[in-house]
Amino acid sequence: MGPEMLALFVGFGLVVGVLFGFFGMGGSFLVTPALLMLDYEPSVAVGSGMAFVFGTAVIATLKHHDLGQVDYKLGAIMITGTTIGIEAGRASVYYLESIGLAGSLISVAYVVLLGGVGAMVTRDALKGDGDGGVDHEATDKSLDEYEIPETAKKIQRTVRIPPMVTLRGDVSVSVWVITAVAFATGLLSGFLGVGGGFIRMPAMIYAIGVPVPVAVGTDLFEIVFSGGLGSYLYGQGGGVDLGIVAPLLFGSALGARVGSAATAVVDADGIKVYFGGMLLVGAVAVGVGEIGTYIGSPTLEMVGLVLVIGAAVVVAAAILYTSVVSLRTTYDRQATTAD
Amino acid sequence: MAGLEIPSWDPQTALLIGTILLEAIVLYAGYAGLERLLGPHLMRLLVGGDRSGQ
Repeated sequence: MGPEMLALFVGFGLVVGVLFGFFGMGGSFLVTPALLMLDYEPSVAVGSGMAFVFGTAVIATLKHHDLGQVDYKLGAIMITGTTIGIEAGRASVYYLESIGLAGSLISVAYVVLLGGVGAMVTRDALKGDGDGGVDHEATDKSLDEYEIPETAKKIQRTVRIPPMVTLRGDVSVSVWVITAVAFATGLLSGFLGVGGGFIRMPAMIYAIGVPVPVAVGTDLFEIVFSGGLGSYLYGQGGGVDLGIVAPLLFGSALGARVGSAATAVVDADGIKVYFGGMLLVGAVAVGVGEIGTYIGSPTLEMVGLVLVIGAAVVVAAAILYTSVVSLRTTYDRQATTAD
Repeated sequence: MAGLEIPSWDPQTALLIGTILLEAIVLYAGYAGLERLLGPHLMRLLVGGDRSGQ
């Protein structure tokens, strides 16, 4: 690998880290499509994407453990379902690769997923109700103060198949509900090489009724195990390239610190609309890249790659710029008050 | 490769995943140390060096 590719991966990792640290989700699912557009084998793109997610989850879990936001009981129950789901997803990738359909189907799944989640986030952001995301640093609220969503209450009342478990935040839920959520998100994770947090977190909140900060911390803890095992399985098939994962992680660990610190000075709701826009551009980019591959146009493939990376860079730059402006304004105000 | 499979022990792959795990832990601790060491200087740079001296 040349120095320019190394710099590209470190830089892309930095951008992805800023997005992950700021929004608490996303970013990592830009890695696999970018690798596909760089002409890596689908199993290498998905496997290395998953190994990157594993490394990122280790770093983020260490932080959330320090904040007391991990439900280890829930995490342990979810591991089995997610692991089986990931393995089923991984087996599908290798099967589709053997019949030559993996790259196209993974790209189509990404277009649908990025487009769907992007449209949802943009709609929430434009409505301005501010409840579409996750507060990564929500430490000032007691877990009992989080209201359980109506859908979760309904599921808890209707699905009473034993064994039942009591989770943090005094939530009582059937083990089968947890396992079903875990399997579905694991399947997606194994097929696309993503952590699945952007699906699993809302599922934990709306289907299981877990308080938001615990959903974030537990999701990450769970990804450490399921992502680790998924990476191991992909690694056995030669799907994990350390030359890709190491520089990505090097950049993202720094970016995540910066993004996480930025949440303290910038209102996430103001930037969420850009995040939604980035996902939508990502969906278009993957579609354009795939058309480029299909008709054999390297120009279209390059346009797709530039769009994916460009959209992420623009949103990360907007976060950094807004943070610096906000810091300077706060500092000036404090200096004026002191005078 | 198609079909569900039970993971078998493979020292080379375990070393690969272990390396990623180790890198993550080292980066977590390393960047935390750097943040403590360089954070205040960086903040002064960001809010404007001359103004911070007021």
